[in-house]
Amino acid sequence: MFEGLSSRFEGILRKVRGKGRLGPEDVEEFVAEVRVALLEADVHLDVVQTLLDRIRDRAVGVEVAGALNPGQIVVKIVLEELTAVLGGETFRPAYASKPPTVVLLAGLQGSGKTTTAAKLARWYKGQGRNPMLIGADLERPAAVAQLRTLGDRISVPVFSDSTDPVAVARAGLAEAVRLGRDVVICDTAGRLAIDEDLMAEVAEISAALQPHHTFLVVDAMTGQDAVTMAEAFHSRLGLDALIITKLDGDARGGAALSITEVVGRPIAFASTGETVEDFELFHPDRLAGRILGMGDVETLIEKAEETFAAEEAEAAAARMLAGTFTLDDFLEQLRALRKMGSISSIMEMVPGMASQVRDLDEAVDERRIDRIEGIINSMTPAERLDPDVIDGSRRARIAAGSGTQVGEINQLVKQFREMRKMMKQMGGRGPGRRKAGRAKKKGRGGRVTAAGPAPIDKKKGLSLPGLGMSPDDQGPSSGGLDLTGNWPPGPTSGR
Amino acid sequence: MVDDRTWEGLTNALLLADIGLPTTEALLDGVRHRVGAEGVDDIEGVLGLLKEEILDRLGGADRSLAVGGQPSVWLFVGVNGVGKTTTIGKLGWREASAGRSVVFAAGDTFRAAAADQLQVWADRAGATMVRGAEGADPSSVVFDAVEHAAARGADLVLADTAGRVHTRGNLMDELAKVRRVADKGAGTVTETLLVIDSTTGQNGLIQAREFAAAADVTGIVLTKLDGSARGGIVVAVQEDLGIPVKLIGVGEGTDDLVEFDPADFVDALFSVDVPA
Repeated sequence: MFEGLSSRFEGILRKVRGKGRLGPEDVEEFVAEVRVALLEADVHLDVVQTLLDRIRDRAVGVEVAGALNPGQIVVKIVLEELTAVLGGETFRPAYASKPPTVVLLAGLQGSGKTTTAAKLARWYKGQGRNPMLIGADLERPAAVAQLRTLGDRISVPVFSDSTDPVAVARAGLAEAVRLGRDVVICDTAGRLAIDEDLMAEVAEISAALQPHHTFLVVDAMTGQDAVTMAEAFHSRLGLDALIITKLDGDARGGAALSITEVVGRPIAFASTGETVEDFELFHPDRLAGRILGMGDVETLIEKAEETFAAEEAEAAAARMLAGTFTLDDFLEQLRALRKMGSISSIMEMVPGMASQVRDLDEAVDERRIDRIEGIINSMTPAERLDPDVIDGSRRARIAAGSGTQVGEINQLVKQFREMRKMMKQMGGRGPGRRKAGRAKKKGRGGRVTAAGPAPIDKKKGLSLPGLGMSPDDQGPSSGGLDLTGNWPPGPTSGR
Repeated sequence: MVDDRTWEGLTNALLLADIGLPTTEALLDGVRHRVGAEGVDDIEGVLGLLKEEILDRLGGADRSLAVGGQPSVWLFVGVNGVGKTTTIGKLGWREASAGRSVVFAAGDTFRAAAADQLQVWADRAGATMVRGAEGADPSSVVFDAVEHAAARGADLVLADTAGRVHTRGNLMDELAKVRRVADKGAGTVTETLLVIDSTTGQNGLIQAREFAAAADVTGIVLTKLDGSARGGIVVAVQEDLGIPVKLIGVGEGTDDLVEFDPADFVDALFSVDVPA
């Protein structure tokens, strides 16, 4: 019944094949499938409408070019929109300047508050804190016994009493201060959002505790009611973030996304199993892919990147080694590189990749590539084929056309010549070396592989994909264009 | 006047009740057809037809709880936190009040203090409780409870099981074993009830399919219907899997477990609750 969004698009793809641009009718076909996927994932109806409007706006008129097919482009847009909702605001655990830091958990019956309380306590322990648990669920039989058992298991003290929930919370806080615990986590009874008495009670607990963080515990399997429920809790308690539970199942978790969109609070933690270890800070990227039934995240990037870049790079490499590398080839390389930059937003979705992507963004200076691209675009085809024809008047024309300085054009041409010369040399080095120099495997430019991105050495700069040169051998200044250095050069540096 | 906005409104109402897109579209196709054929031209009339369509899909099922073993065993299964233990407590109270002798089997040996929770309900209901150690094999706890009930001539064993996410293959295997073993001794499993939380979205259908495959589910208990959630996914569950809702949970009190009434359920799909 559930299938990834990409596979849903297969039927549409046949119809739009060969179109250079997606028209409104094409986009509507995609959008209809996106709607189905989002509703199946339990994204709230209103949120679905909002998302579809945004997706429609972005997808109409999009040019179909380069690495991605129309379906992949739409998937990319959808992913970006979902990630924007989920990652718009991230939760950062903060600690009170005057301990203890007080954490309040609230939610419906059965959402997993008690287990979450213990998991959260264990997490804080892992952060070097000394948490204490308060069992203020006096409603469910043996809820406190459950919390005590879990507290024993993780060696965290549990406070409770058989008075009333508000009194327990208050006394528990005093006890934490007395014991010098620096984090206090209060478990509360499950309650329905429409239960006036119990909602008033949890508001009272909140007033007594003055919590630094109030978390709504949400079951990943929740359907359309999630938003109504969360709004009710938010208006009473002023939520700081969500904790999403039971993510070890196969529910898509669209409800959590919906709450984030409507209530404007991020998801702080995700609970992914029954044991206390199955708990971690939330990764927006993973949920976005999950809502769409992916798989698709990795395949989208890997396939497109690999096939496109590998083919292009291979062709360019062949020309390079033959010594017929032109400025057009060079521009293609630059564009391939830029594509990686723009795709960095997707790459951030791959777990553990966010920091690498930041490195990539730093290494590829967008403005600098813009200028180079501008210069090359202002050249005639003949000039691109053979830059040696560029004389003073041509230089002035190109500089005027691209809005750059004459010196920059000189520098580009010079670097290009050096590059071409070096390639010729490499191409003549014999078959063994040639093989190693070919770009059949991944280029060095921070290309994504299944095993993760190649590390980017910022000092050496980013070599262009497919150049097949090793910075270790050549050093950055004699090799490809240094994209990380100062650019444009000052007017005096032009010769 | 029946226009596009009418249909959009009905679509939205069904989707918001977690009926799900496939069932919603199938229902409205049926209604559209009848609106044309029967010349209905007012919104009330259309809504009436829609309710009939849903009732048709829910109708005709046997919602009684079967007995027939010595003792009869009713097994409760479902994902975590749906209300299995509470349902057993309330149902035990009801059956005991009706004059049956009831044994509770504390088959949730995983969740901390689950047996303590069930014990509280056993005390309320006046049921006998059979429990094992925490971490004990749930099959053996249930088997012991059935033997215990048989030896005492008790009528009914209500067997709790640990909540489990249906994607966990080993835990589903464990559940299948509990189901088999419960049938092995003196008793007979006459009901395997899947407990579904009414806040559950589209995943409910997958849950039902997986639990039915593992444990031969005979009916649904739809819990927490006193909240603002409608539990619409059970329409698809009945239509796709032929498993009817037998009981609904409407609160935490001993008598807050009642028979499922399709007409009430369908009316509630289209009502509006305002949260506190």
